[in-house]
Amino acid sequence: MKKVIIGAIIPLAVCVVLLVTSCGGAAPGKVVKIGVVGPMTFIQGEHHWYGAQLAAEEINAAGGVMVGNEAYQIKLVKVDSNEIISVTDAANAIERTITVDKVDFIVGGFRTEAVTPMQEIAMDYGRIFLCCGSSTKELCDKVGDDYDRYKYWFRVTPINSTYLGKVDFMLLGMVAEELKAECGIEVPKVAILAEKLEWAEDIVAAAQVLLPVMYGMEVVGTWRPSDTATEVTAELTAIEAAGAHIIFTTFSGPVGIPYARQWGEMQIPAASVGINVEAQKEGFWDATGGYGEYETTMNTYAPGVKITDQTIDFGERFVEDVGEFPTYCAGTYEALYVLKDAIEAAGTLDSDAVIVELEKTDYTGTAGRIVFDENHDVVWGPGYVTGLGVQWQDGEMECVWPPADGSWEGVVYEGAVTYELPPWVIEAWAP
Amino acid sequence: MIEMIIITGLIASGVYALLAIGFSLIFGAARIINLTHTAFYMLAAYLIYTFTSSFGLNPILSIIVSIIAVTIIGVLVYMLVIERVRAHETTVLIVTMALAIIIQEVVLLAFGGHFRGVSSLISGYATILGIKVTYQYLLTFGMVFIILFGTWALLMKTKLGIAIRATAQDREVANLMGINVARIGMITMAIAVALAAIAGALVAPLFTLTPYMWMHPLVMVLAVVVLGGLGSIKGSFVGAIILGFTETLVVFLVPTGAFLKGSVALAIMLVIILIRPEGLFGVSFEEER
Repeated sequence: MKKVIIGAIIPLAVCVVLLVTSCGGAAPGKVVKIGVVGPMTFIQGEHHWYGAQLAAEEINAAGGVMVGNEAYQIKLVKVDSNEIISVTDAANAIERTITVDKVDFIVGGFRTEAVTPMQEIAMDYGRIFLCCGSSTKELCDKVGDDYDRYKYWFRVTPINSTYLGKVDFMLLGMVAEELKAECGIEVPKVAILAEKLEWAEDIVAAAQVLLPVMYGMEVVGTWRPSDTATEVTAELTAIEAAGAHIIFTTFSGPVGIPYARQWGEMQIPAASVGINVEAQKEGFWDATGGYGEYETTMNTYAPGVKITDQTIDFGERFVEDVGEFPTYCAGTYEALYVLKDAIEAAGTLDSDAVIVELEKTDYTGTAGRIVFDENHDVVWGPGYVTGLGVQWQDGEMECVWPPADGSWEGVVYEGAVTYELPPWVIEAWAP
Repeated sequence: MIEMIIITGLIASGVYALLAIGFSLIFGAARIINLTHTAFYMLAAYLIYTFTSSFGLNPILSIIVSIIAVTIIGVLVYMLVIERVRAHETTVLIVTMALAIIIQEVVLLAFGGHFRGVSSLISGYATILGIKVTYQYLLTFGMVFIILFGTWALLMKTKLGIAIRATAQDREVANLMGINVARIGMITMAIAVALAAIAGALVAPLFTLTPYMWMHPLVMVLAVVVLGGLGSIKGSFVGAIILGFTETLVVFLVPTGAFLKGSVALAIMLVIILIRPEGLFGVSFEEER
């Protein structure tokens, strides 16, 4: 019997020790617990984590967060939401981190379908949640609609879906201008190619209505493949047959890779521009076997492009630590700094006091100047966060918008280059 | 537009046929519904990726090594797991599904959820009837016929083929006739897994590598073989043609509903199965009993 008890106690003790040490890194003294929530086996979650970790290390090394007269160390809790695979997992993960890990604040989130329930749970518990992944405007509109319930919600990155649409159309306009200049096309024919997901609906609807009326373009058709489609040969064949000069993309899912690969390999004579989240990642070039050249998409960062004084340094340190260039989900980095400033200004960890200070945020981060509007949404525009348009040129992700000539509101970022039409498009359409 | 639908439809059909042949073979010859089939295809694709990207091996050599490695893994899985439960068809289903999920989780642990790509064996495209078709698709389509012919020749023209068919028809009688049925089962499994690995080598450059890339093809392969008739290789080919063309028609005729192409194809399968439950070329259930 004694042996049995000892046999049970020893493994139990080992497990407890392992658990304690694996939660490890508990700094001596007081701590601010921040849950970093994201799909941790995917690049989005990894960048959520690495961005937050980089900021936490810097803040802790500089003495931590001053709450009144006391220095608190930041302790991060990695919360795997698995939200790309399962929305239910995401809801469970955030509930657990609030009730079991007892985090004080939450940063991260990626997919709207998962962020929506996570938002509700965080609001139920009155936990401040700084979103660093989902662009859906309605998530922040809720703050204006029901402030008392949703006041704990803020979006740090990316810019919301309405602003994404604006930048998206400006990128499209830039490509249309280039087609006009190079090929003499006055009324470009546009094929709308958008995955069938909720966030894409508004962009598609707006494009169908606005492109002919406001931009003088002809929409030759709308194709809506699945976000997980493994190939789009039929769509591309149909688009080519429709005589499109431009393919206006809206992709967040893996379909962005086979699309770009087939578009490049088949040399579809239509310039590709829009949103392709997969093309925002450093691994895009290899994933498409180099056929992703000339693919143009919105992004938050681009290597070597100086948006603010912090951008280059942040990008270099991120690459040094992680081995790859940051995506917008690494905006958890500035979320932590924004939070630190608000806590220090409030002098307490009390949510209501911190919210008051967060609402006053005016912080110049790595992607621009962060100010929240009345819905706690990050403000977009010249002098604030603008977003970038990037194009893959010769294996490099280059910034092509705002244009290097300063033709958009005088905004110019050091390191920006000129947009290039794919040579096969010029060959097909040049007079 | 008709020529576009024909060419694009044939391409889509070729990919499904390639994936379905091995699956059909192992069922037709050994009565094993192997739900790990597309997981082996995924494993081959990831091994090729690893050998070419991480070790810088020649793509052809990578493919050969990967096919051999996956075949060995498949045989081990058969010997250690499937062989022990093969008498119980439902257990085989559950066990092979569990194995597929285990392989998925191992790949997820090893490679993360990043989307990756494998380079084409032949890059570029040809123009057929004014339609652009990448060489990789043409290669895939050509391989379907080579594999179809090879499988037919193996089953019909060799002693091994006769033994495989005899074992499939009546395991006990085949055993009494001196055929080593366990060995034949293992060989059939090896051939089927090798076919899955070949499919991985050919199809992986067309798709995106993710740890979940086996799921959708599995659904489509099941649809193809059920539609064609479980175990009928000829039926698999015809099933693949029907589903491939249905998908293509949806994209061309209802572009805004392109995301429904898989669902429509599966609905077509459902309708055919309701009319002819044994599939187009399958043995009727009564006869089978």
